[in-house]
Amino acid sequence: MDLILFLVFAAIAVVAAINVVVQRHPISSAVSLIAVMGSLAVLYLLLGAEFIAAAQVIVYAGAIMVLFVFVIMLLNAGTETRAGRSFIASLLGVPVLVALLALLAFFTARIYPRGTMVHFGGFRGGTAEAVGRALFTTYLLPFEITSILILIAIVGAIVLARKELE
Amino acid sequence: MMGQVPLSWFLMLSAVLFSLGVAGFIFRRNIITMFMSIELILNAVNLTFITFAYQRQQVAGHLLAFFVMVVAAAEAAVGLAIILTIFKNRGTLNIDELNSMKN
Repeated sequence: MDLILFLVFAAIAVVAAINVVVQRHPISSAVSLIAVMGSLAVLYLLLGAEFIAAAQVIVYAGAIMVLFVFVIMLLNAGTETRAGRSFIASLLGVPVLVALLALLAFFTARIYPRGTMVHFGGFRGGTAEAVGRALFTTYLLPFEITSILILIAIVGAIVLARKELE
Repeated sequence: MMGQVPLSWFLMLSAVLFSLGVAGFIFRRNIITMFMSIELILNAVNLTFITFAYQRQQVAGHLLAFFVMVVAAAEAAVGLAIILTIFKNRGTLNIDELNSMKN
């Protein structure tokens, strides 16, 4: 059951991620990216990360992607035009990427030849209570710094957006 | 052991998503699509964090993923504001045409 769940949603994630890269229109890429994030949320649930799965759907698929879609709509971004690119880039691009993937896969397979077997319910420490307890005790300082970061981001976004009105 | 998933498969999936994100960042010329590729890379890294949290049976990995999410939200807000400003000033989203720092 867990295996079927993993295979289905991993396949959706990979196909949608390929779609993000190959689609020519930004809005198609954005919708595909929402599919990737949704299927990743299911995989987080499988790994016992309830809170992060909910946050993934709410923050990523909800807030951030709505922001992207709004900007695409606002800029009326059309289909990408093909531009001339260097000969070396077109020659080496795909092989270098395949080499990167092969390297990552090699080290993963080398370090975790068998590894732990994942089954649903194998880790129960990812509840909102556990995450909140850790967040407000051990990780209180990073949490407070995060609030300052968000404040800076808000101020920065407002300043950048005001400039265009002048 | 039927029906259980090896931990390394999650890491493999993460590696595939990461490579696809890098591919999108390198191959695409639209600045918004490049930005979405960065989000894809961050998601792949989050999956790795959650997987290792499962292996170590510790909640710390979830906290790291949470912080990555917060930073991604801040980054998206500022980045999209910058993209808006660039488009207002230049009227293009193609990074090949944004080359005023070249000469």
